[in-house]
Amino acid sequence: MLALLGILVCIIPAVHATTYKIGNQHNIKTIREGIALAKAGDTLLISAGIYREGNLVLEKALTLIGENFPVLDGENKYEILTVHAQHVVIQGFRFIDTGIASINDLAAIKILESKFVSILNNRFENTFFGIYFASSSDCLVDKNQLTANAEAEHQIGNGIHLWKCQRMTIRNNRIKGQRDGIYFEFVTDSHILNNYSEGNMRYGLHFMFSNDDEYRDNTFINNGAGVAVMYTKGVKMIHNTFEHNWGSSSYGLLLKDIRDSFVLDNVFKENSIGIFMEGSSRNEIKNNEFVKNGYALRLQASCDDNVFEHNNFRQNTFDLVTNGSLVLNTIKSNYWDRYEGYDLNKDKVGDVPYRPISLYGTVIERMPTAILLWRSFFVFLLDRAEKAIPVITPENLKDELPSMIPYDLR
Amino acid sequence: MTRVLKYVFYDILRTRFILFYTAFLLVCTFALFQFDSDYGKIVLSLMNIVLMVVPLIAVVFTTIHLYNSYEFMELMLAQPIHRNIVFLSEYMGVALSLCMAYLIGIGLPFLLFGGIAYSATLLSTGIFLTLVFVSLAFLSAVLTRDKAKAIGIALLFWFYFSLIYDGLLLWVVYSFSDYPLEKVTLALIAFNPIDLARIILLLQLDISALMGYTGAFYKDFFGSHVGLLFSAGILTIWVIAPIALATRIFARKDL
Repeated sequence: MLALLGILVCIIPAVHATTYKIGNQHNIKTIREGIALAKAGDTLLISAGIYREGNLVLEKALTLIGENFPVLDGENKYEILTVHAQHVVIQGFRFIDTGIASINDLAAIKILESKFVSILNNRFENTFFGIYFASSSDCLVDKNQLTANAEAEHQIGNGIHLWKCQRMTIRNNRIKGQRDGIYFEFVTDSHILNNYSEGNMRYGLHFMFSNDDEYRDNTFINNGAGVAVMYTKGVKMIHNTFEHNWGSSSYGLLLKDIRDSFVLDNVFKENSIGIFMEGSSRNEIKNNEFVKNGYALRLQASCDDNVFEHNNFRQNTFDLVTNGSLVLNTIKSNYWDRYEGYDLNKDKVGDVPYRPISLYGTVIERMPTAILLWRSFFVFLLDRAEKAIPVITPENLKDELPSMIPYDLR
Repeated sequence: MTRVLKYVFYDILRTRFILFYTAFLLVCTFALFQFDSDYGKIVLSLMNIVLMVVPLIAVVFTTIHLYNSYEFMELMLAQPIHRNIVFLSEYMGVALSLCMAYLIGIGLPFLLFGGIAYSATLLSTGIFLTLVFVSLAFLSAVLTRDKAKAIGIALLFWFYFSLIYDGLLLWVVYSFSDYPLEKVTLALIAFNPIDLARIILLLQLDISALMGYTGAFYKDFFGSHVGLLFSAGILTIWVIAPIALATRIFARKDL
């Protein structure tokens, strides 16, 4: 016992971290004072209340902990917190009403050239940009809630915005009503896990020039234009849900110039276009569920060497449309609810190939106005005739081994 | 007039065809409800019935009925009754009984299983299509004395509006695909009651998101009060014009 006490006595001075309490009832009234007073490694404990302190700049390794969600108010004028330090923790605050500017990207928390910063369990209401990282690495954003109710795209910034970062983790956040829910540009080796991005003006997730990232278990629902992943290689998109991204220029997932990436175990439900692929190569699209989409897949002829395997296609208006006759992709062993073939040897694989492209899908691709005749008897007859003897649709675009029964995905 | 109408009505009920028609629609709708609980999908499946079967039944039933009651009409005309009254009573009798059959056949299951709100558009377009094709069948019946010929003409109407017209429309769209066609196609659609009904139903089924610019244009138009008035007006013209012409021909016809 004495020995233990001795060890403790030795350790405590070595850490020499101080905890400062900040609030109306304490000696230190403002956070600004607290930050000035504290040394690297200290903790600031901030009591509940409203703090209107303009722009706070944090350049030390401090831990800021809010008790019962103290409010940091930007008064519709300021950026609230600017961080330029390592090992900073910001936890349990409520950030409201940042300023709106069209030249500066004002944010509730802006992190510049920092490392090992954690943003945990905060709430953001009506902020222009929510959490803004630039040139940072090894940071964590966990369990934050962002809500905004802007009416037009130019009045609002992105929820979680990352520019030129490495090894970041964005997880368990809920983002609603921003411009882009999560924005990634030049961000590598990072993870986006279990986020819920709903009702954003533009994209649920906007993702560019960000190689070797992974996003998993996220839900993107009801966003203006769905999710866009562009100009990137080596992305893993696993077990996400893309739902109800519905509108004349909306899609569940846009893949533009994507290489060597994986789209696995996702659900695409009720989107105008499930996946829109353009200029993408060597991607694997497997074990996905496409349900009730307008177009399940829109595969432009500029894509090559992609593999579509073991996906379920159910109740889509069109399973697949393309804009050319050249077929450089592999489509095999999917389940198509429109498949009408038979299976004589009972191996659960259809004996005749399935052609996912309907004649009318092709016609509409060439003349969008022709959609007017959709579901008319005339179109039904045309489609039947084309199924019997393909003339207009690409002859080689077919699933040679269509599954007779739907895969048990999730 | 009500008296003549009553006789016509009894006469139609006696043939039992109308009962079979009601039963057919009931069975179809009930079966769809058993199969699926998504109202949108049920409406979608019923849409095909409304667009194909309802007009076909209307034209065939009407022409056959008219020729079968030719003697009754001659007898009536021997009485001091105006020709128009006899003719319009016949029209009302047939149209009313077909509309009732349709309303019961499609509407009753929706009433029982809920989702009556979903079926409002379906029911109203179906009623309009019934009226339009009964009108057209009356027109074809007064155009010729020969029963087979009249059925032929009536079927041609049906065939033209449900198939040939769409082919021509597609050809127009194809030939002029370099031009903005939205307004032109809107006008062309108005010339075909089946197409008009189909577009109204499609827009209700949320398919408009697929239709890109064209869809947005139509949604804006048909979603507005003007569009609603326009489509109802056009369909009313489609009901009134043929029957007015038919009444005129009938009034001057040497029976």
